[in-house]
Amino acid sequence: MSLWEYANPVKFIRTTDKVLPWVWTLAGLCLVSGLVWGFFFTPNDFRQGSTVKIIYIHVPSALMAINAWLMMLVASLIWIVRRHHVSALAARAAAPVGAAMTVIALATGAFWGQPMWGTWWAWDPRLTSFLILFLFYLGYMALWEAIEDDDTAADLTSILCLVGSVFAILSRYAVNFWNQGLHQGATLSLDKEENISDVFWFPLLVCIAGFVLLFIALVFLRTQTEIRARRTRALLAREGQA
Amino acid sequence: MMPDLGKYAFAVLSSYGVTIVLLSVIVLASVRRARKVRAALDEIENRRGK
Repeated sequence: MSLWEYANPVKFIRTTDKVLPWVWTLAGLCLVSGLVWGFFFTPNDFRQGSTVKIIYIHVPSALMAINAWLMMLVASLIWIVRRHHVSALAARAAAPVGAAMTVIALATGAFWGQPMWGTWWAWDPRLTSFLILFLFYLGYMALWEAIEDDDTAADLTSILCLVGSVFAILSRYAVNFWNQGLHQGATLSLDKEENISDVFWFPLLVCIAGFVLLFIALVFLRTQTEIRARRTRALLAREGQA
Repeated sequence: MMPDLGKYAFAVLSSYGVTIVLLSVIVLASVRRARKVRAALDEIENRRGK
């Protein structure tokens, strides 16, 4: 069986209909248990105090903000190369979710930054590239809405997605590229020596799993909706011609 | 039950509050639109089927 079979809208809806209840349930379980664990049952940090609890939402949302765009990039490339409508619609479906994740990351970062850095905002490379990524999300969604023809919209938004990917990657590596500004380096590392303490790490992993699963559930549901909306428009257009 | 958040209570609670509100909005909006679009398509397909 080929992966491309799922590019068939009917097959995609049928498969995701079966998978979605499981993904929703797992996402809910991971989110609730991870957040409750992190908020109620982990100690305060000796330097950051209770603000360390913000890590359980800031890191997963920032991770998803960048990875949502990278998912959109892959879907856009599939559209450009293979012209599968489902992939273009999946990219469209992911954008509002990615934008919400970006707002969460920016807002929680500001709430953490005020007591820790003494400022809500700084024109730091990581923060600035993240803000630009958010503007790209807005531009991407606006472009989809502005163009009536679905295929033309998919073409143009795919190109915008390629350009925006530069900022998605910059957001991820800004700290390493410029090595200046307030934002610290990566919180998560596979190097045991550099990683955060296990007492914070395990609930954080559960929260990350929850955010990833929630993103998958939302993208599946929203892609189904986009497929149905496209079919509705096509049927209405046919009725209009008749 | 409530952990002692000390002087950073506003920052921590605001972060969780904003996150819960935004996630709820995106989930509810997605589910609502999914139902609406599905109902509209069903109606058109039923009409065409008759």
